[in-house]
Amino acid sequence: MSLLTFLAQQPEPVQRAVDTVTTGEAISFWVLGPLALAGALGMLFARNAVHSALWLVVTMLSLGVLYMVQQAPFLGFVQIIVYTGAIMMLFLFVLMMVGRDSSDSVVEVIRGQRLAAALLGIGFAVLMVGSVARALTSVQPAGLAEANTTNGGNVGNIGQKLFTDYLFPFELTSALLIVAALGAMILAFVGRDGKPAKKTQRELVEERFQAGGRVGSIPGPGVFATANSVATPALLPDGSVAEESLFDVIEATDKSRLSDDVAEVAGTAHEPDAHALKGSES
Amino acid sequence: MTKYFAAEIGDTAEVLADDPIWLILVKVVGIFAFLVVMTLFMINWERKVVARMQHRPGPNRVGPNGWLQSLADGLKLAFKEDIRPVLADKWVFFLAPVISCIPAFLAFSVIPLAGEVSMFGERTALQLVDLPVGVLVVLACSSLGVYGIVLSGWASGSPYPLLGALRSAAQVISYEIAMGLSIVAVIMFTGSMSTGDIVGAQASTVLGVLPGWFGILLFPSFVIYVVSMVGETNRAPFDLPEAESELVGGFHTEYSSLKFALFFLAEYVNMVTVSALATTLFLGGYHAPWSGEFMNTGWWGLLWFIIKTLAFLFLFIWLRGTLPRLRYDQFMKLGWKVLVPTSLVWIMAVAVIRTGAIQQLSTAQRLIALGVIVGLVLLVSFLLPDKKVQDTKGVPLAGSGFPVPPLDLAVPKSAPKRKVKVANLPKETAAVTTGKEAE
Repeated sequence: MSLLTFLAQQPEPVQRAVDTVTTGEAISFWVLGPLALAGALGMLFARNAVHSALWLVVTMLSLGVLYMVQQAPFLGFVQIIVYTGAIMMLFLFVLMMVGRDSSDSVVEVIRGQRLAAALLGIGFAVLMVGSVARALTSVQPAGLAEANTTNGGNVGNIGQKLFTDYLFPFELTSALLIVAALGAMILAFVGRDGKPAKKTQRELVEERFQAGGRVGSIPGPGVFATANSVATPALLPDGSVAEESLFDVIEATDKSRLSDDVAEVAGTAHEPDAHALKGSES
Repeated sequence: MTKYFAAEIGDTAEVLADDPIWLILVKVVGIFAFLVVMTLFMINWERKVVARMQHRPGPNRVGPNGWLQSLADGLKLAFKEDIRPVLADKWVFFLAPVISCIPAFLAFSVIPLAGEVSMFGERTALQLVDLPVGVLVVLACSSLGVYGIVLSGWASGSPYPLLGALRSAAQVISYEIAMGLSIVAVIMFTGSMSTGDIVGAQASTVLGVLPGWFGILLFPSFVIYVVSMVGETNRAPFDLPEAESELVGGFHTEYSSLKFALFFLAEYVNMVTVSALATTLFLGGYHAPWSGEFMNTGWWGLLWFIIKTLAFLFLFIWLRGTLPRLRYDQFMKLGWKVLVPTSLVWIMAVAVIRTGAIQQLSTAQRLIALGVIVGLVLLVSFLLPDKKVQDTKGVPLAGSGFPVPPLDLAVPKSAPKRKVKVANLPKETAAVTTGKEAE
């Protein structure tokens, strides 16, 4: 069978057996439903951004467990792994980088944003109410008992549907995700404002050595037994002043005041020897 | 309970389906006790083995041969003062250790400890549940466990834990991908995600001698899983979130008393869980290394399972005693540029091999397929860019003259002594000279 015939195929109408809601299912719904709702409300009203994210995690976990209870274990665990484990974790990551005390600014950046948001919100609410009302009145619960027991079970059936009837949307979605990932990488690796990307450590080192001149740090001021001021020039091994240690703005200490240190550095000073034992007189 | 997820019910799931509620409770308590005892044992074992590797005795005071040391430490920890930093976020700071602990225990519920046994006259399997998506449960639990670490780092309100938490989040997410991909090959071979079925599929032998474990059949997957399981549990050499030389204690720097004990518990339970999963997926679970009935049925399974799990736990200790910590960028490079691409290529190979095996191809077809694969590999190898030619204009960073010393630099044996210089100085007539100078 070629790809085109696959795509042209309509999903065959399945003989649906009406499924009843068991007591356990009802109990878990009345526990998880309010929990999910509380999570959503908490997300809206929490002051702290990280607390908001955590409330949303509660909602997502409740939804995941609801899926499991409604005979869709694969969907439930994938919900937990993908949404709770990966997506919310990335959210948290960003929130933590932003800082724990930063709060949202209430200034409207885009003109008419609130109006548009209100309109779209109302529209979405109408859609939701419409679909939920329809689900409550005219849709017969089909149940997954058949899909879960035949033909490789829950996971096998999902896989088969994905790679036959829904192959094209599936491939399109993955193409979209790859494009998004590539875009993110390009944005991250190319520097902003037309500047080239950040240089690597090796490039920086080579650049520094290529330029010639001094590679290491310039000498600091001299620190001797007699002086520790920044104005004191550093001395080279032969006792001469290291010019690079002098500042333009600070007047350096006169070298004559450092004669003892110069002699010490140059190795022409007296070394402590047995004379020292005799005291200063002789 | 298991009836809800009844797929094409596997053998284990069928056995488990009619478990009475009291038996389930016994198993829950049993698994909890097993994990806690394993943690206590593991801490002691780790200290003793690392000590032996470093030629010192290790803990040998408390209890017989020091084996109660970790119990004593745990009790002491419980009675310590519980400190909460002023800047900490009260609720999240409390919640984080709990969140890190619960999934660690939860993941163990799908691990088959032994096959069919008789418990108090009831025929059952030594496993709490056998879901058709059992392997995903472990992955989901490990992805929830990260929340504990991340939230503890954030809630502590101090920079070192925050850095540790950020590292950990990136680390676990990256290594979870490699881990998931390494499991895919096993699932493809078994045709099921249920842990019971996966162990069941490894009962046979290959070539009559070797056990048909996926660790042998799917060796690359096994290696990738073992590397990523160390990364996933934040253990040395991948213990960057709690690198004590850089981050004091990482995410748990600000924790004390029982909350700290919970983190400790979670870390070790996680180690036991990933080791148990490795045993289940790659080392044939509760099967003995040989096929047949001898020492291979009922409660014997528990023995083999524990021996195999302990082997993995020993590997953890061995790694910790041997390897230095990786640098963070090297660690990420290993995950994203080595483990993930390797597993993707390997999964493709496994898929091709499986298809070939299932479709009963003729020799000619197989040869053609082989030729196509070789051709593709050759094509890719031609497309690979050549090795970059060294830029001759660049300054060599070693081996030239200024500013780097030449390669053939003769280093003097010892630095010239100051004394020589002093000896050359114009001498004053001294009344007393040192003996050396007189020589």
